[in-house]
Amino acid sequence: MAATETMTLNMGPQHPSTHGVLRLVLELDGEVIVKVTPHIGFLHRGVEKLSEHRTYHQILPLTDRLDYLAPMSNNLGYILAVEKLMAVEVPDRAETIRIIMAELTRLESHLVWIACHALDIGAMTVFIYAFRERETVMEIYELISGARMTSNFFRVGGLSQDVPDEFVKKVSDFIDVMPGYLDQYEGLLTTNPIWLKRTVGNGVISAEDAIDIGLTGPALRGSGVDWDLRRDNPYSGYEKYQFKVPTGENCDTFDRYKVRLIEMREACKIVRQALDRLTPGPVLADCPQVCYPPKENVYNSIEGLIHHFKIASEGFVAPEGEVYQGVEAPKGELGFYIVSDGGNMPERLRIRPPSFVNLQAIEQMSVGSMIADLVAVIGTLDIVLGEIDR
Amino acid sequence: MGVDNPLGDNVITTSLDLLVNWSRKSSIWPMTFGLACCAIEMMATGASHNDLDRFGIIFRASPRQSDCIIIAGTVTKKMLPVIMTVYEQMPEPKWVIAMGACACSGGIFDTYSVVQGIDEALPVDVYIPGCPPRPEALLFGLLKLQDKIMQERNSFGNAIGLGERYIPEAA
Repeated sequence: MAATETMTLNMGPQHPSTHGVLRLVLELDGEVIVKVTPHIGFLHRGVEKLSEHRTYHQILPLTDRLDYLAPMSNNLGYILAVEKLMAVEVPDRAETIRIIMAELTRLESHLVWIACHALDIGAMTVFIYAFRERETVMEIYELISGARMTSNFFRVGGLSQDVPDEFVKKVSDFIDVMPGYLDQYEGLLTTNPIWLKRTVGNGVISAEDAIDIGLTGPALRGSGVDWDLRRDNPYSGYEKYQFKVPTGENCDTFDRYKVRLIEMREACKIVRQALDRLTPGPVLADCPQVCYPPKENVYNSIEGLIHHFKIASEGFVAPEGEVYQGVEAPKGELGFYIVSDGGNMPERLRIRPPSFVNLQAIEQMSVGSMIADLVAVIGTLDIVLGEIDR
Repeated sequence: MGVDNPLGDNVITTSLDLLVNWSRKSSIWPMTFGLACCAIEMMATGASHNDLDRFGIIFRASPRQSDCIIIAGTVTKKMLPVIMTVYEQMPEPKWVIAMGACACSGGIFDTYSVVQGIDEALPVDVYIPGCPPRPEALLFGLLKLQDKIMQERNSFGNAIGLGERYIPEAA
């Protein structure tokens, strides 16, 4: 028998299917993958280090740029961690708007996921459709925060400002039409023979392996593990909402695709429930040590101006201690671990990004399959390099 | 009546430079090369709502087929050599667009790992501020690049190996 040897192939960091700047070094036997080694760090911006020299409010814009497909989820995770540290009670209206925005963010993130995932596998139409719906979410972002992507809308103790009057109608209209669009995507993909060939049986990872690696989010639920932080460790008032947590059975790319699509439908339902619960009220906690004063005070009284100046320039002093807060971001468990030494800046901020942990599964999911299947595996893991490298 | 015009409006006269410039500006093919957040807005610009195709702008996955590179996102010191390699692989003529605050100046990431603006390494033609810039801003930047291409002189001569392309000083 003729001797064969493996070939090493470099994939990325400039590659249209690596979702940014991921570099993979592949060891190949013909076209079959023997080994995958991810090389990361091409987008390392030093967010954690920067955070050590910023006040608690100033860190917020940095969190926007971690998982840039889901800025509001990052904001929420960080803000909840700081609120836990400061023991601030958030008003009901602010909590409800946060949930609406977190779920719209989940929709947005999953829309970009389905767009890129389908585009990588060759279904370009889905990309065009999904970005059309994403534009509506971006308009809602812009309506409330003024920015399309890096919204920076939440504040410690609530929101930066109340939402405008047309917000409820706009969100409500979008939630009404979104399930129809999801049917459209399903019509394009779920029974499409090419899609089935590329996804069924691809990227299989068993439930035990998924737990061992530490997968979270749809990647874990696709393997049949029923775990969702929103339900199992509720935060920001998620315990008041009814929603299903979908799980897969076959642990493959197709099941993860189904899980994410059901999650999008459930997100629409959560937003609908939240809109029904929305009552007028304050959007910022009554906690002057931590929160910004209302804008009319800043403009009309010297005390208000001084108060604003103090919070904006010095920030607030956090008690000594450590705090961890995990949230169910669209990609999995996003955790913020803050160590405070009693100053106005964290001594250490550690971010637990879901994509970073989920990326570990790439080897297990793709060894033994073809190179072309690796592209589907990268798509199904739904990684964002911004939060992997930080 | 003076000059006879037997061909009607069917003939237009122009210079070879303008013809070359016109064809170049009408088919700017940028690299598909997303670095960070701005890449998502770049995708949004290329997708259904804004649609870059109507300007003849089609993303190409290979540097050998592209003539414009949009630096869309934070450039780190680890990434810079890769970008340089990609840029060097692109055939002349080629243009560079710095999209977003990070590519223009490093943005909010003034750290040990981030290149403080891609103009430290590449000749940038158009800077687009914003964090990230809106799709309309990217469109405007690309239109500005088209204007710049139209101003180039000796583009035909350069294409057949005579002299350099240049942009005349504003009068």
